[in-house]
Amino acid sequence: MPSAIRTVGLTKRYDEVAVVKGLDLDIEAGEVFGLLGPNGAGKTTTILMLLGLTEPTAGSMKVLGLDPRRHPLEVKRRVGYLPDAVGFYDDLTGRQNLKFTARLNQIEDPQTRVDELLAQVGLEYAADQPAGEYSRGMKQRLGLADALVKEPSILILDEPTTAIDPEGVAEILDLIRELAVQEGVTVLLSSHLLNQVQAVCDRVAIFVGGEVIAQGRPHDLAAEQVGHARVEFRFDDDAEVALRRLEEIETVDDVIHGRVPGSWIATLDIGTLPATVNRLVSIGSQLTGVRRVDEDLDAIYRRYFEGEEVSA
Amino acid sequence: MTDPDVVTEPVAKDPRPEGSRGGWRVVAAKELADHLYSGRFIVLLGVLGIATAAAVFAASGGIRDIAPDAEGITALFLKLFTVTVDPVPFPLIIFVSFLAPLLGIMFGFDSVNGERAQGTLPRLLSQPIHRDEVILGKFVAGISVIAVMLTALVLFVAGIGIFRLGVTPSLQEITRLFVWLILAVVYVAFWQGLATLVSVRTSRAATSALVPVGIWLVLALFGSFIFGAVAGLISPDDGTDAGVLANARAQQAVSQISPINLFEQGSTVLLDPEVRATGLLTLEQVDRAVLSELNLAQSLGIVWPQMVFLIAMTAAMFALAYVSFMKQEVRA
Repeated sequence: MPSAIRTVGLTKRYDEVAVVKGLDLDIEAGEVFGLLGPNGAGKTTTILMLLGLTEPTAGSMKVLGLDPRRHPLEVKRRVGYLPDAVGFYDDLTGRQNLKFTARLNQIEDPQTRVDELLAQVGLEYAADQPAGEYSRGMKQRLGLADALVKEPSILILDEPTTAIDPEGVAEILDLIRELAVQEGVTVLLSSHLLNQVQAVCDRVAIFVGGEVIAQGRPHDLAAEQVGHARVEFRFDDDAEVALRRLEEIETVDDVIHGRVPGSWIATLDIGTLPATVNRLVSIGSQLTGVRRVDEDLDAIYRRYFEGEEVSA
Repeated sequence: MTDPDVVTEPVAKDPRPEGSRGGWRVVAAKELADHLYSGRFIVLLGVLGIATAAAVFAASGGIRDIAPDAEGITALFLKLFTVTVDPVPFPLIIFVSFLAPLLGIMFGFDSVNGERAQGTLPRLLSQPIHRDEVILGKFVAGISVIAVMLTALVLFVAGIGIFRLGVTPSLQEITRLFVWLILAVVYVAFWQGLATLVSVRTSRAATSALVPVGIWLVLALFGSFIFGAVAGLISPDDGTDAGVLANARAQQAVSQISPINLFEQGSTVLLDPEVRATGLLTLEQVDRAVLSELNLAQSLGIVWPQMVFLIAMTAAMFALAYVSFMKQEVRA
C-alpha cells in the first residue's frame, strides 16, 4: 500500500520546549489510523503541521505526495479537517455554515452537495436551525459533514468524540468507519480514548510526550505482551471474599480492581489460566465471567499512563 | 514528490490552480451579510438616522432664517454640514467625526478574536484559501458597510436640504462632498484597522472593544494637553514673540499625529470654501488679504498633507493587523 501521509523526524518546538519530537509516521492510503495519547501529547500540533497551519521546526513530511509547507493550498484542498472542539458561526444555520465552506472550496453545486452531506450525517431535521442552538453531538456531526464538503482524500479528525454522549459516540464512529470503507477515504483520528481508537482503527500509534512509543495493529501491539496476561474475573461472591480467594492462588501475581464492582483483574502467566479457573471453582468461587483484557491496548496504555486518569 | 511509494495526485489535474485567489470574496460576502443582519448595524443605523435628521432639520431651519440676508454666499448648500444651530449643539461634520471612531471600532473589534472564541478559526484556515484572504475579506466587508452607511447619510442630508432649502447643490459642492465622503470612509477605516489589529492581538472581544475606544477617548479628550506638553518639550514657550510662535507651530505639527485632528481639519477645509488655512496665520499674513472663496483645487491644496497622512496611517493600521495575523499561530 502506498503512503497517504508520511513524516520523517517531524519536530516542533515552542520556545525551546519540544512538543513533537522526531515523529516518524507512515499512514497507508485507505486505512483508519489512530493517534492515541493523553491531552498535551502533541497530537493537535502534529495535525496542524500536516495541514500546513504550523511550521515544523525540523523534519520532513509528505501529505498525498505534497509538502504542506510548500503547497498548503493543494493539501488543504484534499484534506478534510475536523478540529478539536469545532465551532460554527452561531447566527448562521447548519446549512449556511456548510454552504460557506462549500463556496470556499469552489464546489460547483453547493446546494446539492450540502444537502447530501446533511442527509449522510443525519442532520436534515436541524439543517435550518442556527448552529448556535446545536448540541455538542450535533455540532460534531456537522463538523464531520463540514470536513467532507471538499470530497477529501484524507480526513483528519481531532478528538471527534469528546463531550458526546455514548450513543452519539457510537454513531460517529460508525460513520467514520463507513466513510473509510465506502469512500476509500484515509482517516487520521486522534483521541485520548483507547476503546474508541481500538473500535475503528486499523492501526494505532501511541503518542506520549511528543513521541510515538508504540505503533502497529492493535492486535499486534497486544501480542508484544506474550507471557503475562491480564484477565478479568467476575464473581457472584462478596467482592472482598473473591479478592482473598484470588490472592490465595499461587499462579496469580497481582490483582487490581476491574471495571465493574465485584470484578478483579489479575496478572498471570497465560498458560496457567485453565488451572487457575479450575482452582477458583474448586475452592467454591461463584465465577460468572473470565475475560482477557490485554487483548485490547489497555495494558499498554495503562503501562504508559500509570497514575494518569485513563477514561476508557 | 518523486517517491514512488507515495500517493501523488497530479497538481495539473485540478481545475483550480494553486495561486487562485477568490477566497477573499467569499469571506467578504459572508462578513457583509453578517454585518447587515447584525443587531449592532441596525442600532447604529437608527442612531445615525435620528441624529442626522435632528441636526439637518435644525441646520436647514437656521439657514432658511439667514438666507434672505445671505445673497453673496455661494456654497449655501454645504452650510448644511457645517452650521451650528440651536437646539442641536454641533454641526453635522463634528457629529460624523465623533461617531466615526465608534463605527469603525464596531465593525472591527471582534473580527479575528470572534472567530477564535467561536472556534471557527481553525476550520476556516484549513480551507483552501490563503490566510491573507481571510483578513482581506474582513477589511473589505467592513469598509463596504461603512461606505454605504456614510453615503446614505450624505444623500439623506442632501435630500432633506434640497427639500427644505430649495437650493440645489452646484457641481463644485457635489465634488467637495464626494471628496469629503472618501476622507470620512478612510477615517472610519483607520479605526476599523486599529480595532482589527487589537482583535488579532487580544483574545477577548471585550478587551479588543475597550482598547481602541480608550485610545479614541484619550486622543479626543486629552489630545490637546498631550500635544501641548510634547510641543513644550520640543520648542518651549519662552515668552518672546518668536518663542510663542515656534511653540504654537510645534503644537500644530505634533497634533497632526492624531487622526481626529487630521480629519477635522480636512473636513473643515473641504466643506467650507471660505477656510483658507489649517494652521496658524499671523496678522501680517492676513493683512489686506482679499476675502474670497477658494475653489476645490485650492482647498485640496491646503488639506493635501492631512489627507495623505490620514491615508498613510490607515494603511499602516491595516498592514500591522495583516502582518500580525499572518505570523500568528492558529492556536494562540
